[in-house]
Amino acid sequence: MENAGSPSPILTARDAGLVGCTQCGKVHLPGVVECTRCGAALHRRAISDLQKVWAWLIAGLVVYIPANLYPMLSTASLGHTTENTILGGVIELMNHGSYGVAVIVFVASIVIPVAKFIAIGFLALTVTRRVKMSAHRRHILFEVVEFIGRWSMIDVFVVAILSSLVRLDFAATITPGIAAVSFALSVAFTMIAALSFDERLIWDASENEPRD
Amino acid sequence: MSAPAPLSRDIDPDRMIACPACDALLVDRDVAMGDTATCPRCHTVIEAPRPLAMTRIIMLALAALILMIAAVFFPFLELGAAGMVRRSSLLDTVMAFATGLTAPLTIAMAALIVILPVTRFLALLYVLGPMAFGWHPARHASGAFRLAETLRPWAMAEVFIVGVAVALVKVAGLAHVSLGPAFWAFVALVIVTVLKDNFMSRVTVWKTLEARRPS
Repeated sequence: MENAGSPSPILTARDAGLVGCTQCGKVHLPGVVECTRCGAALHRRAISDLQKVWAWLIAGLVVYIPANLYPMLSTASLGHTTENTILGGVIELMNHGSYGVAVIVFVASIVIPVAKFIAIGFLALTVTRRVKMSAHRRHILFEVVEFIGRWSMIDVFVVAILSSLVRLDFAATITPGIAAVSFALSVAFTMIAALSFDERLIWDASENEPRD
Repeated sequence: MSAPAPLSRDIDPDRMIACPACDALLVDRDVAMGDTATCPRCHTVIEAPRPLAMTRIIMLALAALILMIAAVFFPFLELGAAGMVRRSSLLDTVMAFATGLTAPLTIAMAALIVILPVTRFLALLYVLGPMAFGWHPARHASGAFRLAETLRPWAMAEVFIVGVAVALVKVAGLAHVSLGPAFWAFVALVIVTVLKDNFMSRVTVWKTLEARRPS
């Protein structure tokens, strides 16, 4: 049933002068503001919608800076305190020999957030510019970004668990640092950026491209 | 697979469906049980009705709620060092940020691990409960289902489980750690949640809600 390769043209709801609901797929006549099936707000897409994406993305980027500079957690043990940033925590795990976990934390707290900034920025830019990457590839990229974003929260949870377990009555005390807050905010902001990106824009731009 | 719309000017909107991901206009035909309708342009799964899906989702949501109650109140992790034992429950974990500048994070943590997942389960039960018995949808059912779908990316129980695993490795050198009953309840909860979300086809639920709505 695959019709890839055959040049069958696909009409979008917008081309037909209609508005499709992004929640339930119901098709409406123009002028309807709320979907009659699911009650979601109907909106026609415009390039200016991207401003919201950029705003959340930049906010996420801004709070990601202190998240890396300030300590994620501080460990007080027998009188002396050591403070660990995100990267410091990864290095410490490496020194302990737990490479697997070091990789998990490194990927979740550094690779995924940075890749997400780049991916969302790229997707937003390519809505207005022509690129080599096909719409289908970019669609997959967006789905990956949407799926993977929440996993960056791992490090915040780790800090919370450690601080609740290792308390004053112990040889060591672990307290959360301010970076935990800004990191959590950064993850949340980029998640909102991805959520406010209208997937349909990816396909609109490629309307005249040959399909692969 | 749904068929692309005919390229004619006289399109009846009620017989069409727009792909939620790419806006391709497709002919909305009934999808048989067990079949999967995908968009011919972006290959997004549009509808995938499964036999007894509604009943299964309800059962799983109910199971998830019960497991969550167990997970919150039983000890989660146990830490032993130098003859002392410290038990930590999910509640303690949430409260870890309760002092100083990190206080707002307490609320966020509680929301992400417990409150939002629970809200989602309750909303799904409310929406799908009457559906499974073939009744009319409850009042405000569409609002409740919209809420459940909005919360979906923000309910992070499974991310938390991986966080626990990482924390265990970090503490392992410091003290002896053992897992409490609540940990296993939470692991079961994650499995149940993933199963439940796999059974659910958003467009199918919306169509059923619409069809059963009293007019």
